[in-house]
Amino acid sequence: MIASLGLILLCQLIGEIAVRESGLPIPGPVIGLLLLFMLLLGRDRLAILRRGPLHSGGVETAANGMLAHLSLLFVPAGVGVVQQLDLVTDHGIGIFVILVLSAVVTLVVTSLAFVATSRLLARRRRAE
Amino acid sequence: MTANPFSLWVYLSQTPLLWLTVTLLVYAAADAASLATHRHPLANPVLHSVWIIGLILLLTGTPYARYFDGAQFVHFLLGPATVALAVPLYENRKTVLSAVVPMVVALVAGSITAIVSIVLLAELIGLPRDVVLSLASKSVTAGVAMGVSQSLGVNPSVTAIAVVLTGIMGAIIVTPLMNSMRITDYRARGFAVGLASHGIGTARAFQVDTVAGVFAGVAMSLNALLTSLIVPLLVSVLVR
Repeated sequence: MIASLGLILLCQLIGEIAVRESGLPIPGPVIGLLLLFMLLLGRDRLAILRRGPLHSGGVETAANGMLAHLSLLFVPAGVGVVQQLDLVTDHGIGIFVILVLSAVVTLVVTSLAFVATSRLLARRRRAE
Repeated sequence: MTANPFSLWVYLSQTPLLWLTVTLLVYAAADAASLATHRHPLANPVLHSVWIIGLILLLTGTPYARYFDGAQFVHFLLGPATVALAVPLYENRKTVLSAVVPMVVALVAGSITAIVSIVLLAELIGLPRDVVLSLASKSVTAGVAMGVSQSLGVNPSVTAIAVVLTGIMGAIIVTPLMNSMRITDYRARGFAVGLASHGIGTARAFQVDTVAGVFAGVAMSLNALLTSLIVPLLVSVLVR
């Protein structure tokens, strides 16, 4: 458990360092995500990686446990927003309306683009 | 025992313990309510935890900085949780790999739509230029969105508020919207909510379906990257 958490933190740490040094516009944890993903893939090929948290589901249990309560982690930032709502309500409640509209349009366009492309590909594959 | 209950309160309110406990307990209650309603969209645990804790802070006159002393331990886990997304991604890698083309198309279409729609709507209702620019990156995770706003020279606090509001609203809207559109593909549903509503949308997707959660996580990460690259470009065309 501790070793698994340590491995996750280590991946993030390396990601943060890489982002700081390179100036890439990506959050450090996303680099950490890629790193852990590559470690998991590497483990399937290299016996040397198959130990500690990368052995018998250690890091999997820790990660899935954390993700089961992903919602909790947004609460502190969310509370900060409630306290500063006047920053946006100063400009009228119109902001709420346009944020909802933009979210709806984005959800519709994204999901339709996904579904349409995957249907088109499936049809072409069947035609071949 | 402390003789004076007020001095006990003064002591407790200064330690991180009190507000960390409040955060966990309020969330546990909100999550239990969400489970009891079979994850009804309106029983969103983030939404209800946030307003209940906000109300408690207001009633006790507690400044946010003091609350955050306790809550920071939870907030800190956002980074490690992002890294942890590697595990479901790895476990579902075949499903993800087989959908690379739909993901790229949906990413480009969705990312541009998110930015263009909010900028045009904000200009339509006559918001001042600096607010329009602050809203442009509202669909991506707060850290990246605030960075984009800083590079545009506008107030990142307004951006942070828009980001959280977009996250909560998207997480509430997505299920009824997708049901009414009869989209049953959990890959598409997850990808859309991760792209439009970053981590809060991804958290919602994981509540509903693991595959949806994985696609939401991928969409969130890719959109953070794409948005930070194209916002400066798009706003220079759209905003005068």
